[in-house]
Amino acid sequence: MIMGIRNPQLVAMAILLASLPAHAEEGSWDLAGNLEVQSRFFARDALWPGQDTQAAQASLAATAELRWRSGAGNQRASFIPFLRWDEADSERSLVDLQEAYWAWEGASAELLLGMNTVFWGVTESVHLVDIINQTDAAGDIDGEDKLGQPMVNLVLQRDWGEFSAYLMPYFRERNYPGVDGRLRPPLPVDDERAVYESSAAEQHIDLALRYSHYIGDVDIGLSLFSGTSREPRLVPDQDSLVLLPHYDLIDQVGIDLQYTRDAWLWKLETIVRDGYSETYAAAVGGFEYTFYQVGQSAADIGLLLEYQYDGRNELESITVNDNDIFVGTRLALNDTQDSALLAGIAYDVDTGETFLNIEAERRFGDDIALELQIRAFSGAGPEDITYSVVRDDYVQLQIAKYF
Amino acid sequence: MKLKTTIGMILLAAFAMSFAGKADAATPEEKGFEIAARADRSDLGFGDSEVELRMVLRNAAGQESTRSLRITTLEKADESVGDKSLVLFDTPRDIEGTALLSHAKILDPDDQWLYLPALKRVKRISSSNKSGPFVGSEFAFEDFTAIELNKFDYRYVGIEACGDLTCDVIERTPRYENSGYTRQVSWVDQADFQIRKVEFYDRRGDLLKVLELNDYRDYDGVWRAHLLSMTNVQTRKQTELVYGDYSFGVGLAENDFVKGRLSRLR
Repeated sequence: MIMGIRNPQLVAMAILLASLPAHAEEGSWDLAGNLEVQSRFFARDALWPGQDTQAAQASLAATAELRWRSGAGNQRASFIPFLRWDEADSERSLVDLQEAYWAWEGASAELLLGMNTVFWGVTESVHLVDIINQTDAAGDIDGEDKLGQPMVNLVLQRDWGEFSAYLMPYFRERNYPGVDGRLRPPLPVDDERAVYESSAAEQHIDLALRYSHYIGDVDIGLSLFSGTSREPRLVPDQDSLVLLPHYDLIDQVGIDLQYTRDAWLWKLETIVRDGYSETYAAAVGGFEYTFYQVGQSAADIGLLLEYQYDGRNELESITVNDNDIFVGTRLALNDTQDSALLAGIAYDVDTGETFLNIEAERRFGDDIALELQIRAFSGAGPEDITYSVVRDDYVQLQIAKYF
Repeated sequence: MKLKTTIGMILLAAFAMSFAGKADAATPEEKGFEIAARADRSDLGFGDSEVELRMVLRNAAGQESTRSLRITTLEKADESVGDKSLVLFDTPRDIEGTALLSHAKILDPDDQWLYLPALKRVKRISSSNKSGPFVGSEFAFEDFTAIELNKFDYRYVGIEACGDLTCDVIERTPRYENSGYTRQVSWVDQADFQIRKVEFYDRRGDLLKVLELNDYRDYDGVWRAHLLSMTNVQTRKQTELVYGDYSFGVGLAENDFVKGRLSRLR
């Protein structure tokens, strides 16, 4: 499945938007991009029938970034296509537009039309409040890879904060691994047969509002969302051969808070969601404390602790972050190569499942970046959610060349 | 009448002498502050500014790497309030779009937000890391954020030749918390009142770094150095900042220095 091509509206919108600045005679253009080679090495054989049996699986990705700003400076446009090809799992291959928009900027207002990617929130181990963009779940299991979202976005900046309204006329389905892919549920997800609660299906108009400001040491965000949930329930079809994603209409209120004092960052995100079967709350909170210039060196070491709670019942979409403790550390060498490492473990208090995540990165020369990831799962019994990936521990090496 | 005039003259002379005497008796602290204030104020009154620069990092073996960045600044005329500034990185390419927004304070920690373009995430960061290296360079955060007059106590040391110029030598001691320095010694020339050199002494009191400021240009009374060279004398590493031409009065406003702007800079 190639999402961009399957959604002709998106392509039409992208072409329209990309052609807008072409009429402008003045202004500045900027073209950049990168190419990525990614290799995953799985430590153990696959668990589920149909999964690719190779221990090493490669993928290639390319991003182009074309940006334009008008001569007067008050208009800009962006066109950022993303392509990924995966040798083992064709469902992990992707064509997406991360950005394809035109925006007008006033002294205290902005209007943006087109596809964009937006991040909300403050915590590190799970992003509860962040809801505008769909997750590219095949891209990465950490939920931080996103798909571009078509929107009309109006931003008003006042002394008392920033107010942002989103009208989203088209829904992006979650991108799941295919039958060949590792890191998937026991049954593959058939995203050709998505089920929508709204009769308008993916053309339901979603709405969101966000207020963001800071008062002294406290940063605050309040958000409202009404529309199709980005998180589907996965329901086996009649023959129990595949899982069908069910996209429900939800309403959600979110709050994110950060208190920054000395070397402490105290963080809290909480949501209340009127979901499929009930209204429930979820929260994640904790701190990050940083020791600067450890042992007379330039390096900083941060300690992270977060607690994750989620009150949803078993009829709702699945979450693994329901009663979990996350402990992590962040190391930044502050060298010319921007070497950094983030390592953490999430532990499920109820089930004993653990998830280990290590990410290290370093730049070589001016335009090569190397990233190493190690991910491991343990402690899951056959009835637990992460049992489906219990044999999918992997090491990933990624080399990116920037232009 | 004549006597009265004479007495008057004597009184006047005595008054004048007492005044002159008082000037001579200005404490080294007062004299140091006065010179620092004159240097600082010759950089003021610009309203807002925009400049592109290259940051060249050189290790002890002479290997170089370069970063290019843009800095915009909104001046706060009130010396009890810090300036607002925005640093946007253009290279290296993998961090292109990374931006740092600072609302400087005088003695309280600055308010700072970092923008990470890969996740499109705005992050409030701790500004207590004053002495940490700024993006791997020999400049610490406290060297790079706006040098505000009232962040330091001053003491006049003496007069020394500095290149072709004659300089007043001023010692300044940080008044804010978490500084990596016990003291700094600065050389301010007597012709244009600009800082030509600064020595930084670490927490042990040893000489750590030397900053040389060159290529001063006068933009209608607002002075800016265009070549800053910071050498760490303990590690032999060096960072050069090579500035392009400044643009002043470009029409920036408070709304250009809010955290919401960070995701809309490019």
